[in-house]
Amino acid sequence: MKTWTRKDLIGLDDLSAEEIQFLLDTATAFKGVGERSLKKVPALRGKTLINFFVEPSTRTRTSFEIAAMRLSADVVNISATASSLQKGETLKDTALNLQALHADMIVLRHSSAGSPRFLADRLSACIINAGDGSHEHPTQGLLDIFTMRQKHGRIAGLHVAIVGDILFSRVARSNIHGLVKLGARVTLVGPTTLVPEGFEKLGVRVVHRIDDVLAEADVINLLRIQHERQRKEYFPGLGEYISLFGLTKARAARLKPGCLIMHPGPINRGVEIDSDVADGAQSVILEQVSNGIAVRMAVLYLCAGGAGLPT
Amino acid sequence: MTNETERTEMDADAIQKAIRRMAHEIVEHQPDLGRVVLAGIPTRGIEVARRLAGHIEAVEGVAPFLGTLDISMHRDDLATRGRVTAPVPTCLPVDLDGRPVVLVDDVFFTGRSCRAALDALASFGRPSSIQLAVLVDRGHRELPIRADYVGKNLPTSRGEKIRVRFECLDGVPDSVKVVSP
Repeated sequence: MKTWTRKDLIGLDDLSAEEIQFLLDTATAFKGVGERSLKKVPALRGKTLINFFVEPSTRTRTSFEIAAMRLSADVVNISATASSLQKGETLKDTALNLQALHADMIVLRHSSAGSPRFLADRLSACIINAGDGSHEHPTQGLLDIFTMRQKHGRIAGLHVAIVGDILFSRVARSNIHGLVKLGARVTLVGPTTLVPEGFEKLGVRVVHRIDDVLAEADVINLLRIQHERQRKEYFPGLGEYISLFGLTKARAARLKPGCLIMHPGPINRGVEIDSDVADGAQSVILEQVSNGIAVRMAVLYLCAGGAGLPT
Repeated sequence: MTNETERTEMDADAIQKAIRRMAHEIVEHQPDLGRVVLAGIPTRGIEVARRLAGHIEAVEGVAPFLGTLDISMHRDDLATRGRVTAPVPTCLPVDLDGRPVVLVDDVFFTGRSCRAALDALASFGRPSSIQLAVLVDRGHRELPIRADYVGKNLPTSRGEKIRVRFECLDGVPDSVKVVSP
């Protein structure tokens, strides 16, 4: 594949392995831009990007904002509380208004799965999914995969363990789709309530003890326990979760020397991961954050340029 | 596609002679070759720059610095193109402040690539001078930009395409062809 023609990024499930590689290669070029003294290129000069976050977020929104600014786009942020959705306007009407304000690109975070696709099918503006319910969070999946590729030099054949709340996690879904397409071996780890057996249909292995994967994983991606999304009955208590699934110091000592420890943030120190482990040499958590800017620049750049023709 | 005709304007020998002559001209005009940076514009400008550097080193015993300059992020037509290629990362071996830079490309057409390249260079420092070397000048400039070193002037009509092929990149013998629709 030599060119990109999509105007929207909804999920990694939609993309071919070639398209994912293309995005990662483009992100590599944009990572270089962030390392210059002059960190700005004019590619999106004169374009308006609206960060439309119906669900709260700080880091993803800020990362998109920095990415858009480095591409010279003008950025407007709209949050749930400030929007007319509070007054009963439908999502479609709100979005049509954003388009009438001459938004060229809309970055959408929404609690309902499928809302970015709904808008992409109805608006001419580029729609970038910044997380929709428990469905997908494609730029987080891409930045995780980008970081793995940067550190290990490849994705095919890597053994990636994703630990924690898989059921509710859009980050996990985007990771699974992307990693499986690029040829990684993926193991999901968590209690049966949060990692039901049905996930094996996606081409992954499911285990219910973190101790089963420590010795063989090339990457451990720890997901946040999402207090806000969960009702209590999914696991008995944090103490039990830590004893069965927490990446403690003792467990971290059993990892392969080159194994990367990743986390999409914000981390719950002492729950999914011990504080010392989060700050240790194998942790690439902050590099994930930096790489997120390059990946989002690549996504915005390609979708803005791919908007001219239908796929 | 089936109706297009192509004619060969330069073969491997002609390309080699043209690049060698350009190398001599650069030697003549650049008094301090050891400080010069040849910046190739992807994709085939990189190969032209590599060959120029090889000839310059063979003639003078001094190799200029060789770099790659991505211009795709600096173009002004992103949203009108409809399909986008992956940018090749910029790679410049030295700080450009105070150094002479020679931009190198394969085909010189509207001048918009060169404008984008000038803009891109400004992100990496303030060269003492910037010159432009091109293997083929096909005319039809849309901007007030000219080349300092030209391998061959090749008058074309706007609808024609220039196809440059290098054996090391394309697996076919070196050639410059004009393709008529």
